[in-house]
Amino acid sequence: MTNIEELISQARTEFAGVGDAAALEQAKARYLGKSGSLTELLKSLGKLPAEERKSAGAAINSAKEKIEAALEARRNDLRRAALESQLKAEALDITLPGRGLSSGGLHPVTRTLERIEALFRSIGFEVADGPEIEDDFHNFTALNTPENHPARSMHDTFYLENAPGLLLRTHTSPIQVRYMEAHKPPIRVIAPGRVYRVDSDATHSPMFHQVEGLWIDENVSFADLKGVFTDFLRNFFEKPDLRTRFRPSFFPFTEPSAEIDMSCVFCDEGGQPRGCRVCSHTGWLEIAGSGMVHPNVLRHVGIDSEKYIGFAFGMGPDRLTMLRYGVNDLRLFFDGDLRFLSQFR
Amino acid sequence: MQFSEYWLRSFVDPPLTSAELAHSLTMGGLEVEALQSVAPAFTGVVVAHVLSVDMHPDADKLKLCRVDAGQGETLQIVCGAPNVAASMKVPCALAGAELPGIRIKAAKVRGVESFGMLCSARELGLPEDRSGLMVLPADAPVGEDIRAYLALDDKQLTLKLTPNRADCLSLKGVAREVGALTGAPVSLPAIAGTPVGIDKRRDVVLDAPAVCPRYCGRIVSGIDPKAATPDWMRTRLERSGLRSISAVVDVTNYVMLELGQPLHAFDNARLSGAVHVRYPRPGETLLLLNEQTVEPTADTALIADESRALALAGIMGGEESGISDATTELFLESAFFVPAAIAGKARAMGFSSDASYRFERGVDFAATREALERATQLVIEICGGVAGPVSEAVNRDHLPKREPVRLRVPRAEKILGIKLGGDVAARLFKGLDFHFVREGDNFIVTPPSHRFDIAIEEDLVEELARIHGYDNIPARMPQGSLAILPQEEESRSVWRVRRLLAARDYQEVVNYAFVDADWEKDFGANADPVVLANPIASQMGVMRSSLIGGLVANLATNLKRRVERVRVFETGRCFLRDDRREFPRDSKRDHIPGFLQPKRIAALAAGPAAPEQWGVSARRVDFFDAKADVEALLAPVVARFERLEHPALHPGRAASIIIDGKSAGLVGELHPQWVQKYELGSAPVVFELDLDTVLRLPLPRYVEVSRFPAVVRDLALVVAQDLPVRTLLDGLKVAAPAIVREVELFDVYHGKGIDPDKKSLAFRVVMQDTEKTLSDGEVDAAMVKMIEAAARKFAAKLRS
Repeated sequence: MTNIEELISQARTEFAGVGDAAALEQAKARYLGKSGSLTELLKSLGKLPAEERKSAGAAINSAKEKIEAALEARRNDLRRAALESQLKAEALDITLPGRGLSSGGLHPVTRTLERIEALFRSIGFEVADGPEIEDDFHNFTALNTPENHPARSMHDTFYLENAPGLLLRTHTSPIQVRYMEAHKPPIRVIAPGRVYRVDSDATHSPMFHQVEGLWIDENVSFADLKGVFTDFLRNFFEKPDLRTRFRPSFFPFTEPSAEIDMSCVFCDEGGQPRGCRVCSHTGWLEIAGSGMVHPNVLRHVGIDSEKYIGFAFGMGPDRLTMLRYGVNDLRLFFDGDLRFLSQFR
Repeated sequence: MQFSEYWLRSFVDPPLTSAELAHSLTMGGLEVEALQSVAPAFTGVVVAHVLSVDMHPDADKLKLCRVDAGQGETLQIVCGAPNVAASMKVPCALAGAELPGIRIKAAKVRGVESFGMLCSARELGLPEDRSGLMVLPADAPVGEDIRAYLALDDKQLTLKLTPNRADCLSLKGVAREVGALTGAPVSLPAIAGTPVGIDKRRDVVLDAPAVCPRYCGRIVSGIDPKAATPDWMRTRLERSGLRSISAVVDVTNYVMLELGQPLHAFDNARLSGAVHVRYPRPGETLLLLNEQTVEPTADTALIADESRALALAGIMGGEESGISDATTELFLESAFFVPAAIAGKARAMGFSSDASYRFERGVDFAATREALERATQLVIEICGGVAGPVSEAVNRDHLPKREPVRLRVPRAEKILGIKLGGDVAARLFKGLDFHFVREGDNFIVTPPSHRFDIAIEEDLVEELARIHGYDNIPARMPQGSLAILPQEEESRSVWRVRRLLAARDYQEVVNYAFVDADWEKDFGANADPVVLANPIASQMGVMRSSLIGGLVANLATNLKRRVERVRVFETGRCFLRDDRREFPRDSKRDHIPGFLQPKRIAALAAGPAAPEQWGVSARRVDFFDAKADVEALLAPVVARFERLEHPALHPGRAASIIIDGKSAGLVGELHPQWVQKYELGSAPVVFELDLDTVLRLPLPRYVEVSRFPAVVRDLALVVAQDLPVRTLLDGLKVAAPAIVREVELFDVYHGKGIDPDKKSLAFRVVMQDTEKTLSDGEVDAAMVKMIEAAARKFAAKLRS
């Protein structure tokens, strides 16, 4: 029976020597095929004496199992090798750039407006809108600024030709008037939008943005104005230790009125301003106008000014954007230069 | 308002540094815009007496001076100034002095020892017209530090006053405010009535009392027209930003700064008869001091004598009645002009004046006579002369009223959000010099005559808050009633739309709403745009009716900067005329009759369809790229596209975007003529949509999903080249039985095997029933129906 052992080792050697699946199947046939060596041995069993047949049969079957196992092992080896070479062939330079469209982005000021809206929505402010060609009444008169009021000289207004009494709104405050005409208190609203003034130089654009805010209720105070606006600025700039300063000022539509300064976002760390060019070395940045809504404004829209009080503020998102992203020239916002705009993706 | 800190401190001197004083003013509502030293820092400069001047032995242009600088011994100093002369008093920098930029040492100059430097104004960093050494008055005390002698440690304060605080357009007003803010005592110069020395007077007649309800005037006779303005006055004027002109003019300016009352001095010799304040006669003109001749409007009052107009009341004096260097007799005017009657007048004539600036904001109407007395006192002190009696005309009906205003302390506390108490309120009102009657927590306050901004309770609340200090009001988060904000699901926010376009590789821009009238014609098909009366520039003269012009300009700008691939979008309002009479009720609130102001969204794409990259063949962006963007923007709403003729667009490559049967915008390739005119190289594609339409979004509605298998068949039809696919599809859908769920175009072919005037269109037809599996017979019948309809309506043939 030594030739059985030989047969097994011969098969193993032969299987190991083939390079692909087809050659392996041919080699298999030589042992396990119809006229394969092992099959021949099995056929010759009948010629053996009966007492030898049983043990010889067992030996042949064991050999068959061994050869089949060797065959399966080799099949697996070959499959693995084929997969490996396929994977190797398919390997990419994964450092090549991805294909397809790139992506655009929002305008930096729009981005700021979205942020402002989200921050104020989170404390229940609605967002209102209004016309940009406005009438004199909503832009001035209803805001306690009658004709020849000295405050009108603060705005250089664009007027329309052949349309007396119509103008491009000089601020977003007329939106609060329109909102109050249509809604009853309590009122919590902000009004973002484009506004226009006859003014154009390095720091003024004839068209720019404003966001107006208004909160009217039975118990809203100047202390609340300070709280809300300070909270807003801290969250907008993500600086929890940002400080604000409210200074007496004058706007025809608020009384008392306040100018709001905030600690310089560039040079003030922990209440110790180092002084820089942006804040003219004062440590403070003028950021908004505000005040308690003037009773005449409430009266114009039919709100009982004895029962209801409230505050209003107006800020310049263009300036907030400049401070937030370090932009140093207002004119870049309106120039359409993609080299600039594409930085705000 | 600009003034000298020393001048202010002569009236009120709180124990604060200059910076603290400025901060206190700013926090009190008088914003200090600038706080500047009047002289740069320097040391070691004293008043010196030049004893003798000799020639330098070795230099023609240098002099050898012996100088008494109060140092105990005379100093030898070499000096190069041409105006140096014996016995003059000059500033002398001693050895060791630090001047702006240099340090003075004892040194040899051309071989001769020099122990200091005689100084010019420029060397000390002071403004001075004359060149050479700075000549000091003969009585300057030798040895005194020049900084002390010339008050050079003074500072100049510039206030940025709000229009309601006209009362602070004077040193008196600012001093009053500093007193209220700091509690420091205020002492103003005593104004004694000048004894009347002559009887000479002019009558004053108020013919326009609505403009001028109070006028005081008097003659001052026998003044010296050559009298010089004293140095102290000159310095104060200069540090307040006014140049010294002549003694009399300087006095009027000085009193205006000191007390806030504008004054005018006429040459009395040029006046005849009584002085009238009257309205102009038809056609009357006046030559003003600024050499402008004006014809005042009917509501502008004049100061006139019996023969002619002399001055524009409260605005500016006349050239012909003004004083000159030969004037020996003055008629001094101090009057009150009503703010509303002066407001805007100077601006309408194209100039401004210190007088009109103050009168239109409000001048103290109770201090008119006091200012005249002050001016008289100073004129006589400086120019000599004697004063005549004051002629005062008053019309009390037209003087401003000071009605008492009620203040309830609890109301003030409610508005401010702090506890104040009646006693604190009383103290604050006292500090402000407001007269009041107190009943517990109720105050009846009578505003003073110098305040024009106190009419209602809230005005007093502001005064209390201001003086109490805004800083002393805490910041607090308000308590509000909570309610969920509505979220309309059938509309989306403009932010989502913006982000969607950004994700499709468009960059947002913000363009001006006023544009070149040409853009309106070229891109907006608008020959009658909304025109601005006062544009900032002619190419920004009209309001846009389309966003496309701005986007085309963005393209041109970026091409110039060598950016070839430009994809931009904007959302914003457009402006159109509207001739309709009736408006939908719900749009009325925001409606300005005669105008439509729709919000739009528009985009432009130019250059390569994709950024330059490996493995992708480059192609230019085209109509169908833009159309795909429009479809993505509108999804899930499906629009129809109809051929469009529009002057902005290529006539064969333009479509109107139809939603619910109405045009919601347009998409197309820019017309080649504009590509040429605006130098764009190749044609960009653009689209513009009504924003409100884009924001609308239908609520999803469930449709049952069939459990039975779908059958898919392809259908290739050959049709005329010019048959729009949409038309054919519509025809197929009409003919198709209900089992046909979708008919989608998947290929367009023309070329080999197809007639040149035909094209082959391949459709995928999906059929399905919700009740059962479809039989072959049903499927075949459906296909036949469609093929027959296509053949009948469009002469379509099955492609073999």
